[in-house]
Amino acid sequence: MKLLFERSQPGRRASAIPRHEGLPAPELPESLRRSEPPRLPEVSEFELLRHFTELSTRNFGVDTGFYPLGSCTMKYNPRINERLAALPGFALLHPLQEEDAAQGALELMWRLQEILAEVTGLDAVSLQPAAGSQGELTGLMLVRAHFAARGETEQRRKVVIPDTAHGTNPASVTMAGFELTHVKTDARGNIDVDDLRANVDEHTAALMLTNPSTLGLFDENIEEIERIFHGAGALMYYDGANLNAVCGISRPGDMGFDIVHINLHKTFSQPHGGGGPGGGPIAVRKLLEPYLPVPAVVRREDGGFGLDYDRPQTIGKVRGFTGPFGVFVRSYAFMRMYGPRLREMSEVAVLNANYVLARLKDAYELPFDRLCMHEFVLSARALKREHGVTALDVAKRLMDYGFHPPTIYFPLIVPEALMIEPTETETKETLDAFCEAMLAIAREAAEEPELLHEAPHARPVRRLDEVRAAKQQVLKYAFAEHLGPEAPSASVAAEAPKGV
Amino acid sequence: MTHPYLALTDADRDEMLRTVGVGSIDALFCDVPAGVRLGRELGLEPALSEQELFDHVAELASRNADMGSELSFLGAGIYDHYVPAVVDAVLQRGELLTAYTPYQPEMSQGVLQAIFEYQTAICELTGMDVSNASGYDGTTVTADACFIAKHATGRTKIVVTEATSPQVRQVVKTYAPGFGLEIVEVPHRGGTTDPDDLSQAAEDAAAVIFQQPNFFGCLEPAPELATAAAEAGALAVVHADPLSLGVLEAPGRYGAAIVLGEGQAAGNFPSYGGPHYGFLAAREAFVRRMPGRIVGETLDAAGQRGYVLTLQTREQHIRREKATSNITTNQTLLALGGLVYLTWLGPQGLRELGETCLSLAAYAKQRLAERAGLEPLFAEETTFKEFAVRVGRNAREVVAAARERGVHPGYALGRDYQGMDDVLLVAVTERRTPDEIDRLAEVLAEVAS
Repeated sequence: MKLLFERSQPGRRASAIPRHEGLPAPELPESLRRSEPPRLPEVSEFELLRHFTELSTRNFGVDTGFYPLGSCTMKYNPRINERLAALPGFALLHPLQEEDAAQGALELMWRLQEILAEVTGLDAVSLQPAAGSQGELTGLMLVRAHFAARGETEQRRKVVIPDTAHGTNPASVTMAGFELTHVKTDARGNIDVDDLRANVDEHTAALMLTNPSTLGLFDENIEEIERIFHGAGALMYYDGANLNAVCGISRPGDMGFDIVHINLHKTFSQPHGGGGPGGGPIAVRKLLEPYLPVPAVVRREDGGFGLDYDRPQTIGKVRGFTGPFGVFVRSYAFMRMYGPRLREMSEVAVLNANYVLARLKDAYELPFDRLCMHEFVLSARALKREHGVTALDVAKRLMDYGFHPPTIYFPLIVPEALMIEPTETETKETLDAFCEAMLAIAREAAEEPELLHEAPHARPVRRLDEVRAAKQQVLKYAFAEHLGPEAPSASVAAEAPKGV
Repeated sequence: MTHPYLALTDADRDEMLRTVGVGSIDALFCDVPAGVRLGRELGLEPALSEQELFDHVAELASRNADMGSELSFLGAGIYDHYVPAVVDAVLQRGELLTAYTPYQPEMSQGVLQAIFEYQTAICELTGMDVSNASGYDGTTVTADACFIAKHATGRTKIVVTEATSPQVRQVVKTYAPGFGLEIVEVPHRGGTTDPDDLSQAAEDAAAVIFQQPNFFGCLEPAPELATAAAEAGALAVVHADPLSLGVLEAPGRYGAAIVLGEGQAAGNFPSYGGPHYGFLAAREAFVRRMPGRIVGETLDAAGQRGYVLTLQTREQHIRREKATSNITTNQTLLALGGLVYLTWLGPQGLRELGETCLSLAAYAKQRLAERAGLEPLFAEETTFKEFAVRVGRNAREVVAAARERGVHPGYALGRDYQGMDDVLLVAVTERRTPDEIDRLAEVLAEVAS
């Protein structure tokens, strides 16, 4: 389809801007005045709407269909949340409004903090971080502040991360100025406790752990892990990406963690918008509260709510104002719809995952043969060995059956990984249809592997050449010099996609 | 009773448990040691129905005075610009709203093409070569730029002007220890930054950050500041108001290395501070150091044009501890709002919007002087849509008194700057009318000095 810029016709426009008679003329010094206008598209309002409507038909959201993208928790995003976030009292509220005129917003944030403290089993919450990875970075800044206050900044340099960790964990460690220590996974899919013991000492600042892990497995040795870290005077950080498995069942605070980030866009239904926004609040134990970002949302003695900047030991600010408020409205609404029944949400998420696992484990390899939590990881290794079909091929073929593929090639320790997270909101019929598709694909791999290599067949585009994109680096529209939507196909036939 | 967001019937559950081969849901959690179990119900208020939820949350919303219910001249980084209905219509399309990051491009051509178009629009606005797919907000993209500059120059000093948004400076300072950076601030002189001051500070700096228009609303001598940075071998980083760029020169034209800023004004509601998007664009030389997602054009197996996430070897899921950033989730939906909005404006609308802001703000300065006897604090400087005035008494008291008369007159600068307790920062967007500005002048005549 056309790009917006290819629809542009000089002289068309969608906007009318108020102009007023009798005002001072707009004046600017010549040296600062724009010399050439930006080449923004020139389209009518209706054309604008049609363009984006057409784009939406070329996109697949959880509203479109089943989206079992592992570790992303693609559940139903309730529409009431959108209506609430759009209320003028929220959407048009300026973040620097005086506190007495923002009591409803402040109370909502304070209540959300209370709920998150209860769900994580910790004492104090900051809603400020904009996403999970920023929550991680903020958490590590707290670790740094904690040891700085003890004069141990130089001594405590190491952060321990298992080999199953999300890529954000090591990246956050670098950004926070720490050094990495890797630990292995054992034969049951838990952290290798012997390896851990050998790697944790007085130089260790913290552990970063996702539990259940990215294998979808609850670490059976979590109590021993807690003793090792706290015994060494180190702190424990919980990556909340997989919190959907354990709400109301086992809280990170109960497991011994000192810092948790929560992905509001995963567990608590903020729609992910094709890449964001998210929300990454952090919850901490009392001893870390003094270091939390400012301002803190507090309840005052008179029962009113306010913003407290007077925190002398704070790490500072990690984002503007008090965080992504619209996300808070949606997640607060979601959690109030459940209340204590959040436990049921997690139970069903775990049941759904185990059901799909049970139906698929004979057709695909299961690297760790245990019951899973809210997600599980299969391997297409056998399909690759026997039929030359990869996890990527399986993923692309699933699209033809009308499903979004699972996460693939992650975690890194499982070859040809397929990481499947059904979530709690799907019907059994949908889960069954997905299982049938996966089983059919396993058969196709043996009978018609070409069908898989060439998939998808039923999407708006065929398989895309990612290598070409990285080489050619066409990162914006080039106007007159830009290649049209239909490229000459002769030269491309030779450049078959090579996969990712 | 089955929860409205859950879909399994009792019969489904029984059958599924049988397939799994366990007798109960509890048995699924056998790996969770007894010692770490909660062992009680969560201490939360009971579940609400949707109707009860609506009433409760709407009541909370009703206790806020928003920019629709109060005549407001608040700005200081977040602005009341009109958001057209087409923005809502596009952002509420479920296919876009409820998609994850476009890891599988064949499922995500809508979002990917939109980001490609967004990148183009941002490059056109800023005069830069390459844009990422968005960052969290205007503060965090500035911290990202410091990380780029450190690695591009091998230097560890970051210079930032005092006339840059206090929130931006705070966030940069929070990130600095982890990055191993030292932050040096350059004071303003009469509301803008002196290029000679900046020149001195820029020696051995990785980057020089300034805001245009600056936090006081004044126009910096941006070309001279960018030159001062370049002569010292530092990256000139310009924090720009996107809606000023229809009338103000594209920073790429005067030597900026990186142009970034807060996108809220362009297509997002204030929403009590977020979610919004931060934009970040740079010269080609820095493309491999850019943080976050970038979309590129390619071809599919049939030779059709299509779009994918590209240059991913910069990113955390591949480079892990050596990545250019830890960013994963960004602000795609809000950036999409920005793209729809900028397209709605078009080049003509963007220029007219800038002119209307300039005229209305000039009118407001005039009226405050004539009617209320309030003179701009930096009378010599040109401003865009915001300006500082002395109000003759504590500005927070003036805000309180004016609000009793239904007008929020602006931001009390003493909250961030010493010696400015009696200064108000007044923002005038195209949303305000001459009559409303007259009303502001009336009220300030009553409550100021």
